[in-house]
Amino acid sequence: MLNTIVEIYSTYSHEYTSGLLTTLEVSLLALVASLALGTLVALLCISPFRLLVFIGRAYVEFIRNTPLLIQIFFFYFGLPGLGIEINSFAAGTLGLTIYTAAFISEAIRAGIQSISKGQMEAARSSGLSYVQAMRYVILPQAFRIVIPPLGNQFINLVKNSAILGVIAGMDLMYHADIVATSTFHTFETYILVAAFYLLLTVPLSILVNLLERRMRVGHR
Amino acid sequence: MVKKKWKVSVITMALAITAALTGCGGGGDKPAAGTATSGGDTKTVKSAVAAAKERGKLIVGVKYDTNLFGKKDPADGQVKGFDIDVAKAVAKKVVGDENKIELKEVTSKTRIPLLNNGDIDAIVATMTITEERKKQVDFSDVYFEAGQSLLVANNSPITGIQDLKGKTVIAVKGSTSAKNIREKSPEAKVAEYENYAEAFTALKSKKGDALTTDNSILLGMQKEDPNYKLVGGLFTDEPYGIAVRKGDTEMLKAVNETIKEMKSSGEYDKLHEKWFNKKPEKK
Repeated sequence: MLNTIVEIYSTYSHEYTSGLLTTLEVSLLALVASLALGTLVALLCISPFRLLVFIGRAYVEFIRNTPLLIQIFFFYFGLPGLGIEINSFAAGTLGLTIYTAAFISEAIRAGIQSISKGQMEAARSSGLSYVQAMRYVILPQAFRIVIPPLGNQFINLVKNSAILGVIAGMDLMYHADIVATSTFHTFETYILVAAFYLLLTVPLSILVNLLERRMRVGHR
Repeated sequence: MVKKKWKVSVITMALAITAALTGCGGGGDKPAAGTATSGGDTKTVKSAVAAAKERGKLIVGVKYDTNLFGKKDPADGQVKGFDIDVAKAVAKKVVGDENKIELKEVTSKTRIPLLNNGDIDAIVATMTITEERKKQVDFSDVYFEAGQSLLVANNSPITGIQDLKGKTVIAVKGSTSAKNIREKSPEAKVAEYENYAEAFTALKSKKGDALTTDNSILLGMQKEDPNYKLVGGLFTDEPYGIAVRKGDTEMLKAVNETIKEMKSSGEYDKLHEKWFNKKPEKK
């Protein structure tokens, strides 16, 4: 079996490499974008204005309670019906971003709400505005707490990107499918592609662990 | 502590990869299709005929998304089509009753693995007989003659494969059409989807300029939506066969006898007329 895997890899290395690059690209873009969007939604959810809270909650509940596949299909197949043309790469990145942001926002909200109220009161009484207090006092502390759950979300994001395979997204999964169906070595092909995903996610795990250690303050 | 976590991650990855590569935990490992062990045929396969008789029904892999051949009707939940009727005739031959059949959905991508895993007894799913596939499965005599063609929107300027340069052609993963179009029109971009339903949806939402597969399948799509037309004639021969597990001569014989009997009794012509509104062309 090892021989078959090596053979498949040497014959289709170009497909695997280009798939790996697409997966990496989609994951990185969606990672940055979902972190930004997730933070924004978390801030909406804890804002003092009820309308903003409602918008934030509605987003989170709607997105996290519907399947990612349906969201991606909506962007890919649905948007053209509304006159918006979108390719598989964009649809995939958008879908992953919006989906992951809902979970990230929940992690960040939990992190922010775990900071004691006194911190905000102290910051405000020292003359900082609400935004400044958030920016300089609350968020830096909250991020430290949310690194582990954020790490989980990022790893999920990389794995979820395999969904591009069903909308002809030319990612790792797409190419693996093509290789599997043309060589009939289904098992070996998917083992190989699993190893490629590990190659992406394990360093990410290590990075999150490192970050967690560096950001740890006052703990052993 | 963190250093330990590091090590654990790396070791886990290494273990996972090694385990996967060496195929440990074998146990239920079935002889994977095509992994030719040097000694040729390693195991005598238990015939699907015996298995079907034992369980009292034949399990056949069919398409659920291919109009006219195998399509699930959402109104009554029944799968209907030419392939389904042929599969029923095979069931009648094997287990004595055309209703003693279980239809399992397959796609071009999943059908061979499912057959070789033992999940289904035969494939009746618009499957072209090819030399490559013959290495994986055994094929019956030809039961349907199709040819590859193109489906485009009625207002499309594409009239045949010569117009596909730089255009995106939609196909289905694991089908012969994807391979053929790469050979016949190397300058076209090919985007492959999971099944015909998704492929047709992709064409409708303008993810490609043309959809390619066998004319018979395209006709079914055109029937669903007359805004699309077939162009370019037939540029390949796609003889359909029923696939059985490699080496299962008993099942193959039953299938071939069924096809022969259907043709001689006139049942085949009747079925052809039922689904395609015309008698098959005599060659």
